[in-house]
Amino acid sequence: MAGSGISGDTGGAKQGRGRRLARWLHSRPRAQLWFLLTAPVLWIGLVYLGSLFILLLNAFWAKDAFTGKVTPFDWTLKAVIDIATHPVYVIVAGRTLLIAILVTLTDALLAFPIAYYMARIASPRRRGALVIAVVLPLWAAYLVKTFAWRTILQGNGFLSWVLSPFGIPGPGLDELPNAWLVLSYLWLPYMILPVYAGLERIPNSLLEASADLGARAGTTFRRVILPLAFPAVVAGSIFTFSLSLGDYIVPDLVADAKFIGNLIYDNSSLGNLPVAAAYSLFPIAIMLVYLFVARRLGAFESL
Amino acid sequence: MTESGFTRTALRIGTWLVLGFLYLPLVILAVYAFNDSRAMAWPPPGLTLHWFAEAAANPAVRAAFVNSIIAGSVATAVALVLGTLSALAVQRFAFFGRETIAFILVLPIALPGVITGIALQTTFKTMGLTFGLMTIVVGHATFCVVIAYNNVVARLRRLPRTPEEASADLGADTWLTFRRITLPGMRTALLSGALLSFALSFDEIIVTLFTAGAGTQTIPIWIFTSIQRPTELPVVNVVALVLLLLSVVPVYLAQRIAGDTAAITR
Repeated sequence: MAGSGISGDTGGAKQGRGRRLARWLHSRPRAQLWFLLTAPVLWIGLVYLGSLFILLLNAFWAKDAFTGKVTPFDWTLKAVIDIATHPVYVIVAGRTLLIAILVTLTDALLAFPIAYYMARIASPRRRGALVIAVVLPLWAAYLVKTFAWRTILQGNGFLSWVLSPFGIPGPGLDELPNAWLVLSYLWLPYMILPVYAGLERIPNSLLEASADLGARAGTTFRRVILPLAFPAVVAGSIFTFSLSLGDYIVPDLVADAKFIGNLIYDNSSLGNLPVAAAYSLFPIAIMLVYLFVARRLGAFESL
Repeated sequence: MTESGFTRTALRIGTWLVLGFLYLPLVILAVYAFNDSRAMAWPPPGLTLHWFAEAAANPAVRAAFVNSIIAGSVATAVALVLGTLSALAVQRFAFFGRETIAFILVLPIALPGVITGIALQTTFKTMGLTFGLMTIVVGHATFCVVIAYNNVVARLRRLPRTPEEASADLGADTWLTFRRITLPGMRTALLSGALLSFALSFDEIIVTLFTAGAGTQTIPIWIFTSIQRPTELPVVNVVALVLLLLSVVPVYLAQRIAGDTAAITR
């Protein structure tokens, strides 16, 4: 595929036809465009957007009382009303949002010093080593990392061993803050990398100008560096926020808590598709608003 | 601005702390692979290599590995083709709806995975498809397209247009120019895109749990189900260590291929 590169010429009629097609395409950019776009647009359009649309429809279709199957085109608002009237859905949505916001803030705070060090202080050699050091955990499997935290947090695990001299028990696997900790851990590199890139792009001359105009280091940081690095933070936050918002493995495995994803998954496994579908509209709406705001803040150029 | 000595020291300490935070869990997990007790208490009472043999002989682990490799390869192949085609269209042509297509292509990774998962599952159910490796591949390919697309778009943006124009001026047709000029220029971007999407597919569980059905396990699904069975944990430890070690391979390869670290960031 990628490595095959230039293949040997294949002979005869087949090549002749290919040549003729290529020559025909050469003067017809519209046809070239159609050739390029048809397959991807069909795939993303039909498979992805089509699926999202069917999901949307299912949120407003009724369930047959006897078979439990969704009956298409039998419109109802029952699923939406179910969600609005059962407090558990509101509580879980609030909990998920809260953790997603906390994770994003935590990662931004943790990412800044290391990203700053990488971008502006480390020697080029050390900078390269640090980028690899940050990227490596990103490639380690998500479940492996989650599992590692399970072993650390469990009753007789590493953390309780560290804390035992102080007489503090380990957290166990049913505390909500565990989800905050583990999600912050998982998505931290997604924040470090764009912030590092953002900080690296700030020209030195701006910082010198700020100093020449009498600003102290703290003022330069607040008035020059932070505003210029902010779009990069927002770009990183798209990952930390969206990935936290949709996670249902981590809350289950380390916190024994339900997130939005868990209720969607549970409802769909129990055959209650309309409720699962209706509830999933909530994170979609949140993310669309988030993406819209992020775009306004210039985050897309920093991705 | 030159940072003060105090700021430098503080930043250096912060950097080391963050690196410690990133690596400590991985080190602890690596130690557990040699744990000679079935219990997961820390510290392990003794060390053994016993579980490595057990893991290698485990039929469920082997089947899951094979499934993951097939799913990753097929999804990557589909993603490379679709991602490259759309990247060429978006980057080399001006047309109505270009921005929209660029936005829609990014949606599968911008929206939470649980949405992709439930949407695909609902559709597959509505269409009456049988869940299995095939449905897993469709899901993976859908979010891998973005990865390939992003890599190729970034490369095309930097690739000068003049060699393509020169090639056309010298009489090469569209296909020849693509094969001899554009494709070699994109090669490393395609390779790193392939590495990324294979790794992403190999690692994916949020979408996969929705599209796998009952009978098919990938490696992440096997880990997920086995984590909750205490008797399986020693084997999970070994599989986890092997995966940790394997994750070094793509980073190393990407380093070698691209020669710059920009290509390996997700």
